[in-house]
Parts: sequence; structure tokens; C-alpha cells
Amino acid sequence: MTDQAVSVPRRESPMLRVVKGLALIRESPVGMTGLAIIVFWVLVAIFAPLLAPFPPNQPGLPLQPAGGAALDGGIYWLGTDQLGRDTLSRIIYGSRQVLLYAPLATFCAYLVGIPMGLAAGYRRGLVDDILSFIANVILSFPVLVLYIIIIATIGASGINIVIAVTFASAPGVMRIVRGLVLDLRNREYVFAAETRGETPWRIMLVEILPNARGPLIVDACLRLGYVVITIGTLGFLGLGLPPPDPDWGKMVSELRQFAIVDPLLAVYPCIAISSLVLGFNLLADGLREVSLRD
Amino acid sequence: MLIFMVRRFGTMVLTMLVVSILVFLLLEINVESVATKVLGPYTSQEQRELWLEANGYYDPAVLRYLRWLGNFVIGDFGDSVRFKVPVSDVLWPRLGNTGILGGIALLIASIIGLTLGVIAGMREGGFRDRAVSVTAILTTSVPEFASAVFLSGVFVFYWPVLPGTSGMADGFDLAQLVLPVAVLVIYDWGYIARMTRASMAEVMMTHYIRTAVLKGLPYGQVIRRHALRNALIAPFTVIMLQINWLLSGVIVVEVAFAYKGFGSLLYEASLNQDIYLIEACAMVAVFVAVMTQTLADIGYTYLNPRIRFS
Repeated sequence: MTDQAVSVPRRESPMLRVVKGLALIRESPVGMTGLAIIVFWVLVAIFAPLLAPFPPNQPGLPLQPAGGAALDGGIYWLGTDQLGRDTLSRIIYGSRQVLLYAPLATFCAYLVGIPMGLAAGYRRGLVDDILSFIANVILSFPVLVLYIIIIATIGASGINIVIAVTFASAPGVMRIVRGLVLDLRNREYVFAAETRGETPWRIMLVEILPNARGPLIVDACLRLGYVVITIGTLGFLGLGLPPPDPDWGKMVSELRQFAIVDPLLAVYPCIAISSLVLGFNLLADGLREVSLRD
Repeated sequence: MLIFMVRRFGTMVLTMLVVSILVFLLLEINVESVATKVLGPYTSQEQRELWLEANGYYDPAVLRYLRWLGNFVIGDFGDSVRFKVPVSDVLWPRLGNTGILGGIALLIASIIGLTLGVIAGMREGGFRDRAVSVTAILTTSVPEFASAVFLSGVFVFYWPVLPGTSGMADGFDLAQLVLPVAVLVIYDWGYIARMTRASMAEVMMTHYIRTAVLKGLPYGQVIRRHALRNALIAPFTVIMLQINWLLSGVIVVEVAFAYKGFGSLLYEASLNQDIYLIEACAMVAVFVAVMTQTLADIGYTYLNPRIRFS
């Protein structure tokens, strides 16, 4: 009886714990709604060629209302634009652009912002002062002003949008990471690692960063939603992706000019972009709610 | 307090200096492109070189920057390429128009945001709280250009009560201001409401509120006399910082409704590569943003004695 070893619970892999933590979202109806909207758009983007009734850039009958019939017998479920391109197909293909560039730009912002925040929060002192000052300078620009200047200088293209978003958002990420690190750096496990003689970057990346994941995941969701708005707004202002590929923001600005013919035409892409942003915001709210519970 | 203010304004000046260097580097460091932007793409190489020579563009970059900065400080922003007049002649009236639009929008968004935020935060997790939170998420998820389309769809086309553009061609018209203000308010109130709610919820958990309730004060008096005063300090900062976001929203709204303000000016300037106008707009925008941040900091310290005396 005494020789029965105490069973040591097997240590779960860190990735598994993160996934299990995220799976808690199913307890939040708000979060699940958001997740459902996002999954919907991801599926639409993946299966775009199967779902779209027309090729996105194929001209046809211009400015048809929703439900109008095409010459080849197809139906323009959401009408057509001034060149007769099917709005539904363009919304479906447009989701690919948004769901490629928004996560990519957000990811790049984190890739730059996290090391900056870790260094500022953990090293403190001069490093912190310099990085925080740079962040303050960039954050003092009204975001859209910054985007317009950058895009006006380097030109409008997908990669330039990613660069502009990274430049403008990384300081915000840095500030959040820095705040979290300032709290976490005084924990016992950090002292333990310091005593073991771990290198500073190992402590920052292995000990501190994983424990800051909760608020960062929530922030990433909110930020993704905001980047979707940004990409849409740049498209609306004509500073987004070059034509002819469909871009939700640009579709709105084009179709809006024909509101006198049918004001509903411009509404559909607006609903598309608003719903995707709503998905990210609801998911962020749900994640926050779930993470506060325990 | 005085030392704090001096230091805060010092930081502000330093920030503006770095911003000006950034703007200069982005827009003026490549003299060839400056010449092309000012003289147009159909000029000969010689013309451009002569112009650059005449305007001192072959001087060292540091010297050029200092001269540029000096002119900026005294309000000489150069001539607009597109409008063919000094930049300041177009800039200031437009900025005034934006001040009217943004001021009204901020006022209304603050009133709605503060009221609903306080109502939501009074009982955290209650029905009103959930209702306000969900509505706030909904409205902040709609980009400004989308709500512009939605609103003009309803109020301009289906039920034509409001004008669809806000160009103010025949003098000032309040009706033309309704839709732009509404779009800005819809996007901005939610953030103020959520911050107010968080602040209010935090105050409601404190011991002094519990004491006030337990000693039998009427609930309304607890809220008005004890909770509100402390809960409204944080939203003050949020509202001031919101001005920075408002400056972004104003660009979209002014373009969408053809309002002759600062935002649409910057937008036109960037489309026309009107370089001096872009520079002036950017610097003014950052100045407004930094100024409000500084005032927010000072105001917050003034309102919150716990920070002031610690």
C-alpha cells in the first residue's frame, strides 16, 4: 500500500492548454456568435470559387437590382455594379482579400510590437524610455492621417497596407505588452528563472510571454476587427488594393455613386464588412468574459 | 503641479519635433520627387533641377529641415500646388469647419456615452448593462463609411428628409450637418460608454459606496453624490483622447458627405500629391492630437487628487 506511487499528473503541452482555454468560449453565447460569423466568412473565402455564381471581374448587365436576371440565365442575387459585375460574387471574392491582409497585417504588428514591449517592460530604464517615446510619437498621429501620409508616399498595394498597419499598430501592441510585463516580471517563476541563470530573452519569451497570452488574445481579436475597418476605409478612400480585384471598401465607394438608381446596391458590401468586424468584436467580448470568470 | 505641467509641455514640444522630422523624412527627403510633385509629372529634368536649385533644395538635408521647421513655426506652410494659394489660406477656414463638425459630434457622443455608461455600470451584469454593452459593440463594429451608406439610404432615398451631401454651397445649413454628425456619434459613443461603464462598475464595488448604501442614503443620492464624481474622472481622459480618433473619422465622413473640412482637404491633398498641403495638414492634425493628450493628462491630474499628491 505504501509503495503505491503518488500518480503525478501528466503535464499537458502548453499548446494544448491554450487550445483548452480558448475552447471555454463555448460557454459564452456572445463569443460563440462572433466565432460563428468569423467561421462563416472564412468558409466563404476558402470556397469562393464554388460559391460565387459569376467570376468576380466578369462584366454583364450594369446596375441590375437584387434578383435581376443575367443574359446567360443566371441571377444577380445582390445586383450588379456600373460595369455589370455581380455584387454577390465580388463580395465572396472580396472576403479573400480582407481575410488575407487583415490577419497578415495584425500578425506583423504583433511580431514587431511584442519584442518591443517585452524589452521595454523587462529591461526598464533607458530601453523603456526610448521605446515608449517612439511609441508615443507614432500614437500621437491620428491613425488615418498616418495611413494617408504613408500610402501617399509609398503607393497603394497590399504589401504597403501591411507595412502601414504594422507601423501604426505595433506601438499599441507594445504598450499593452509592456503593461503586462511590468506586472508579470515580479512573479516568483521569473525570479526562479533568473536564479537558474536563464538568459533575459529566454525569460521574456518562455516565462513571461505565455502568461500574458490571455489579454493579448483578446486584444488581437479587437485589433483584427479594427484592421478590417482600416482596410475597408482605405479601400473606400481609393487608397487600398489596386483594381480590378474586388475590395469591399472600394465596392462601397463605387456603388454609392449609383445610390440614385438603387440605394440598396452599396448596402450589401457594407453589411459584409460590418458583420465581419462584428464577429471579431463579439469574439473578443466573449473571450474577455470567459477569461474574467476564472 | 507647475513642474508637472512644464514637464508635460516639454514632452509635447519634443514629440512635435520628432513628428516633424518624421514628416520631413517621409515627404521631403527625396528632392527629385518633391520637384515632380510640385511642378507636375510633365516637366523636363532641367526645369526640375532649376526649380530645386532656386528653392535651395540642394542644400544639406539638416539645413533644409531647419529652414522648413522655421517656416512652419511662424505659420508659413508654403504654397498649395493645387489651389495656387498659400496653404494657410485654405487650411484655417477648413479647420474651422471641421471644428464645428467634430465639436458637435464629440459633445453628443459624450452625452450619450456618459449617460448610457453610467446606467450600464450602476448594476454590473444586469439587463441594462448587457443591453448597452451589446449595442455599443454593434455600433462600433460598423465602419463610418458603412453607416454613412446606411443612414443616407434611409434618410436621403427612402424617406427624403435630409440632404445627401454637406457641401454647404448656399451658406451654413444645419440640416446638412445632421448625417455627418450622426455617423461620427454612432461610431464614437460606444467607446466612451464602455469606458464609463467600466469606471462606474469599479466605483460601485468600493467600500465608500457600500457604506453610503448601508447608512440608508436614497439610491439616487448615492449615485449622484458619491459614485458619479469618482466615476467620471476616467471618462474625462477617454473623451479627450477620443479627439485623436475623431480626427480619423472626420476624414471618412467629410469625404463621404463632401463636407468642406480639414479631413477632405487632407484627402484631396494626398490624391493630388499636394505635398506642402499634406505636410501642413499632418502637422496640424498631430498638433491637435498631442495638445488634447497633454490637456487630458493635466486635467486628469487636476481632477484626481490621489495622483496629484502621491
